Amino acid sequence: MTQPETARSEAVGPGTLLVNLTQPSPIPLAAEFRCGPGELLALVGPSGSGKTTLLRSIAGLYRPSGGSIRCGDELWYEAGGQCWSPQRRRVGMVFQDYALFPHLDARANIATALGHLPRDQRHQRAMSWLEMVHLEDFAHRYPHQLSGGQRQRVALARALAREPRVLLLDEPFSAVDQVTRRRLQRELALLRERLNIPIVMVTHDLNEASALADRICVLHGGRSLQQGAPSEIFRRPVSAEVARLIDRPNVFTATLVHGADGPRLAWGDWQLEVTEGLEGYAEGSRLAWYVPESDIILQRADRSSQHQDENQHEDENQHQDENRVRARIEQLVVLGGVSTITLALDHEHQTMRFDMATHTVRRSQLLRGQVVEVSLLATGIHIMGEASQDAIPPEEI
Amino acid sequence: MDGAALFVSLKLALLTSAMLLPLGIVLGRSLAQARARWKVLPEAMVALPLVMPPTVLGFYLMQAFSQDAPLGAFWQWLFGGSLNFSFSGILLASLVVNLPFAVQPVQRAFEAVPAHLREAAWCSGLSAWQTLWRIELPLVLPGIISSLALTFAHTLGEFGVILMVGGSIDGETRTLAISIYDRMQAFDESGAGIMSAMLLLVSFLTIGVVYGLAARQRWKRHV
Repeated sequence: MTQPETARSEAVGPGTLLVNLTQPSPIPLAAEFRCGPGELLALVGPSGSGKTTLLRSIAGLYRPSGGSIRCGDELWYEAGGQCWSPQRRRVGMVFQDYALFPHLDARANIATALGHLPRDQRHQRAMSWLEMVHLEDFAHRYPHQLSGGQRQRVALARALAREPRVLLLDEPFSAVDQVTRRRLQRELALLRERLNIPIVMVTHDLNEASALADRICVLHGGRSLQQGAPSEIFRRPVSAEVARLIDRPNVFTATLVHGADGPRLAWGDWQLEVTEGLEGYAEGSRLAWYVPESDIILQRADRSSQHQDENQHEDENQHQDENRVRARIEQLVVLGGVSTITLALDHEHQTMRFDMATHTVRRSQLLRGQVVEVSLLATGIHIMGEASQDAIPPEEI
Repeated sequence: MDGAALFVSLKLALLTSAMLLPLGIVLGRSLAQARARWKVLPEAMVALPLVMPPTVLGFYLMQAFSQDAPLGAFWQWLFGGSLNFSFSGILLASLVVNLPFAVQPVQRAFEAVPAHLREAAWCSGLSAWQTLWRIELPLVLPGIISSLALTFAHTLGEFGVILMVGGSIDGETRTLAISIYDRMQAFDESGAGIMSAMLLLVSFLTIGVVYGLAARQRWKRHV
């Protein structure tokens, strides 16, 4: 990357894409996001969340009823005002099915997007784009003679050949097999270093989004719910809804109490210490909170029988901020090298879930039904605000 | 062998095909891209000549071509001649009769072009005209050739409507198909046989062209 990490995440310099779209129907939209030059923004959400509609709006292929789209100092779209054509916006778009022209070979497909060059230079430039995506030997193959991965690379080369102001990727890796996907993702990561334009990628694959994107925008029902660096979103989802959308379990509710040591979360028999986020809430507030899997630490199971009361500090090696809670292993699912453990708590209808290395599970001789103790790191506990009754039920997702 | 009839037939078929080509492309594309609820009536209108008995169609065309009807009167005012029993008349009738053959194959071909391809062309910087010319038309070419061939062959063989509207005027409205009928009426079986064989050959070649091109183009049609 040419720019430092911090500069990219908040860039509002020239060439920044600013999107703010609203529409009540037929596809409800209420999304706002920005993407700076050189930045890759992933629009993430379940199917039907309006991701592709937003991407098509940026490309000029769909016109929502309200809002605006701005790229640098150009106003591409304004509700009731101007709406630039896709040709004029100069975006590079990789369609989900690649949309290669079936009657043109790979080189001619790319040359189609080189209309801004003099005619005699187009074929040569198309060849250099083919070299860029390592397909120089496939210049005269037609799309149906190319593999899925090769087609995707031709589509990417065609999108970039236009020297676009914005690159749009609509589920670019969904139509290829796992091995090809990993290779193409690596290639995109490498290619990005040379591109100094905003890149907006639509995906429903969270791993893909967190691996490739600088920032993620979580969408649901056309609304943008949260934006931020992947680590930020995964550690600090703003709401229970976002946590569910990004497949993060471990969202609970607890009551705020003021003890001798300051505010605590009263959760069943325990009073949990939280490093930050409890300020400003009144005693007795019902708060929604979340703890990332990485901040749940399984204590040795054989100690659980000695457990007496809330917040034990019996082990000298443990830090002060540990919040030990007792739970029963409800489910233990081994998926290769990683095992998923689901814990049931007596006072809570929600279960707690986290992954562990399978060899650790074996070594600790964990079994279903066993009672264990886990520590919830006080620094990891994230307060998401007052618990609302209208939070979407998990079945909906 | 009726040379004059062969000439009339070929002239009629070529003119009909050529004149219906642009109309077929425009109508076929509009119908392919129209919303379902708006295209029911126009589609039915286009298909009507397929299901109407030729004599019925011929009867109504004759009525419309008569100098008492607006169309016939307008024609008379414009060109000073009658539409009924003239080459212009059978040409106009032939255009109406062949409308479904000219439109439907093109419409099906346009419908088979994924909307994404047009959008990809726009995103690649092609204007609407360039998209039509460089992306859509090459992809619908088999449909256009089918439509041309079907129109041509069908015009050569059209009998009922032409007879109703044009009669059988030598060198003006007597086509090969009508000439065959006339020869049979006159018990000239060998003359009718030669001309029938000729029409059979033309029909066979036409179908060969249609299927041959469809087969050749199919390898490109993967999307």
